[in-house]
Amino acid sequence: MNESVPKPEVAAARGVKVAFGAVKALDGADLIIRQSECVGLVGHNGAGKSTIVNVINGGLSPHEGTISYGGVEAQGISTARAHGIRCVFQELSLCPNLTVAENARVMHSDLKGSGWRRRGLELVTQKLDDIFPGHAIDCESVVEDLSIAERQMVEIAISFAAVAEAPKLVILDEPTSSLDAGLAAQLMAYVRRFVGSGGSVLLISHILGEILSTSDRIVVMKDGKVVADRPASEFDTRRLVEAMGSVVRHQGWERAAKAHSGQPVLSVQLHPRSSHRLQAFGGEIVGLAGLGGHGQTEALLEIYLSANGNWWPTKEPKMAFVAGDRALNGAFPLWSILKNLSISSLKGLSKRKLIDPVREQEVSERWKKRIEIRTPDMHNPILSLSGGNQQKVLFARALATTSKIVLMDDPMRGVDIGTKQEVYEILRSEASAGRTFIWYSTEMDEIRLCDRVYVFRDGAIADELVGADITEANVLAASFAGGAAA
Amino acid sequence: MNGMRTLGAKPWIWSFAAAVIVWVTTVWFTGGSSAVGLSQATLTFAAFSIIVGVGQMFVITLGPGNIDLSVPATMTLSGTVALKVMDVQDSMILVGLLLAIFVGIAIGMGNYALIKLLRIPPIIATLSMSFIVQSFAIWTNRGLRIKPPEMLSSFATSYTFGIPNVALIALLISVLAWVLLEKSVYGRRISAIGQSSFAARMAGIPIDGTRFVTYVLCSVLAALCGYLLASFSGGAALNMGAEYLLMSIAVVVIGGTAVAGGNSNVPGIWGASLFMFLVVSMLNTYGFGAGVRLILTGLIIIAVILAAGGRKALR
Repeated sequence: MNESVPKPEVAAARGVKVAFGAVKALDGADLIIRQSECVGLVGHNGAGKSTIVNVINGGLSPHEGTISYGGVEAQGISTARAHGIRCVFQELSLCPNLTVAENARVMHSDLKGSGWRRRGLELVTQKLDDIFPGHAIDCESVVEDLSIAERQMVEIAISFAAVAEAPKLVILDEPTSSLDAGLAAQLMAYVRRFVGSGGSVLLISHILGEILSTSDRIVVMKDGKVVADRPASEFDTRRLVEAMGSVVRHQGWERAAKAHSGQPVLSVQLHPRSSHRLQAFGGEIVGLAGLGGHGQTEALLEIYLSANGNWWPTKEPKMAFVAGDRALNGAFPLWSILKNLSISSLKGLSKRKLIDPVREQEVSERWKKRIEIRTPDMHNPILSLSGGNQQKVLFARALATTSKIVLMDDPMRGVDIGTKQEVYEILRSEASAGRTFIWYSTEMDEIRLCDRVYVFRDGAIADELVGADITEANVLAASFAGGAAA
Repeated sequence: MNGMRTLGAKPWIWSFAAAVIVWVTTVWFTGGSSAVGLSQATLTFAAFSIIVGVGQMFVITLGPGNIDLSVPATMTLSGTVALKVMDVQDSMILVGLLLAIFVGIAIGMGNYALIKLLRIPPIIATLSMSFIVQSFAIWTNRGLRIKPPEMLSSFATSYTFGIPNVALIALLISVLAWVLLEKSVYGRRISAIGQSSFAARMAGIPIDGTRFVTYVLCSVLAALCGYLLASFSGGAALNMGAEYLLMSIAVVVIGGTAVAGGNSNVPGIWGASLFMFLVVSMLNTYGFGAGVRLILTGLIIIAVILAAGGRKALR
């Protein structure tokens, strides 16, 4: 490619900063997309990829920095659309109760006047034939009746379709996550054709092979910043994984390299495609790693629900569960801290089915002290606590049980660093006392605290790492398809 | 902290306040002569609403969508079956009672089987169940009116220390229900399920087991109420449960139990049941016709719910 004369910009974000509360989602990131090029964007969870996409498509106004389209500074969703920016979202955004043509009308307001239905139908059908030759989608059907892959194909086709004006930049956020290899290859071939005819594409994918083969240029993000921006030819899988990894090495606590004797306390085959059985031994902290939403939570739920009956109360529950999403599956909002804490261990606190208030109070005071729940009175409502302290109550609820295994569903999300350190300390002492923890975490620092780690990809276990092998580079390599070869 | 607790205990205050106001205005209108008679009649008739209301309260605590509409049919069937089996003999009173309870257990199990196995929403499952049960009652009753055993009917209609016996039974049931709700593991479980069924599951609560027990409990209380009502009114009639469908739900709601589930109280059911009967007798005393009476009853109920609801809007 001739790089001597820079091609004109289609869209550019310069020095963009976005913060959600205390969390810096973007910390001075630059992303420039030029005409007729495909830019690959990679980075692990929380690196800021989706945020910068939302800034470029106008959905989010940055707190600092500038956005320009075709060299002109502007902002807002309608401005972005007017400049030919289109976006295919990771979470599908079609209206399920409308037909394919009607959905095309929703996205293209130019599709109007009598006969828009017929024209929309022709438009999408033609584009689908163009991108995915040989597809079997009936464009007159309602979106609800299509499979996930078909919906994704329709959404891609609608985004690339030109009504009054052809799209200049199409942003594809994980477009192949629900497509099989054949369809993904068709899409990538189309992206090259689209770029060849003067269009631009911003491609986000966790499949590194795709990024390397399709992009002209690759941008690597980490912690809200762009850490690498070079032509694709200068990267290979290994270098890409290294670029995503952290520069500063944090020190995990020292793992006792204990040899496991005897039977595992837990051993399940999670997904037929899993390369390993998930096993856990007594006193072990087992980490579930990988990119977010690749089946870790589902795995925990499967393990938990298959172990705990729904009809008869078990004498000694085998497992306890610490929820990550407090509002959805953790706290009971009408109750006091005390009741929220004791709910899972009431069996041990009652005589003849009646709760012993003195012992319940004792247990709650003990945990209040041990895990430092910051409240003057455990009878205060749970919602009077800060998020981090509510999370501590959920930890105490699980730890106060007699369960030998504790499952944790990314419980530290949105918890401040001080609280984290306190809880890590308690986990370590509980583990050395013989408890087993199975811990899904999206944070690398936490994964490094584990004795053994299973890396998930696409709902299955892709790799098992033990002891000193638990490094960010190894976890990332296993999280990204194609990275395993590195 | 004490402030929080008293505030939390408040929802039932409203129904009692309403009951007291209506009682005072009625007695004042009659010049004080009706005080004792009115109180005794109120306690008697409120007792039946209290018994079915307590059962309905447990079901409503389970959270949105949980309701038992088979209450009237259950009352009718248990009343007719028990009277038929007792056949006016005093020696059969206990057998009749056990049979009524058995009828309740069977209907409760049937209700939950429909809800769980056929995955029908409770409102439809219990309604269809009530058609089956009502047809059964028609079939067993066959139009004959059997009198209750002498001893039982005199027990149901007489007083101890000036308080109607049925009200004492309602009091006993209410105390047991209060202990169950506030002090037992089971009470915590239904409250947890009512707040968030998924969170309850993840906290290790057996959801199906708990809900099953609750539906059975509600049906047993309805059956018990049917047995008492049939004995009190000198025989079972096919429409004897009809007014208790709305009544069982109304007393729970007016009593300050959260319709959204998870938060309920027993005292409120007393206040609401007394209030519901007093409103009707007050309007009777004033000499209103049936139409005006119904409209006013409706308006007063709405007013009480609004007054009590203002407090709960904090949620």
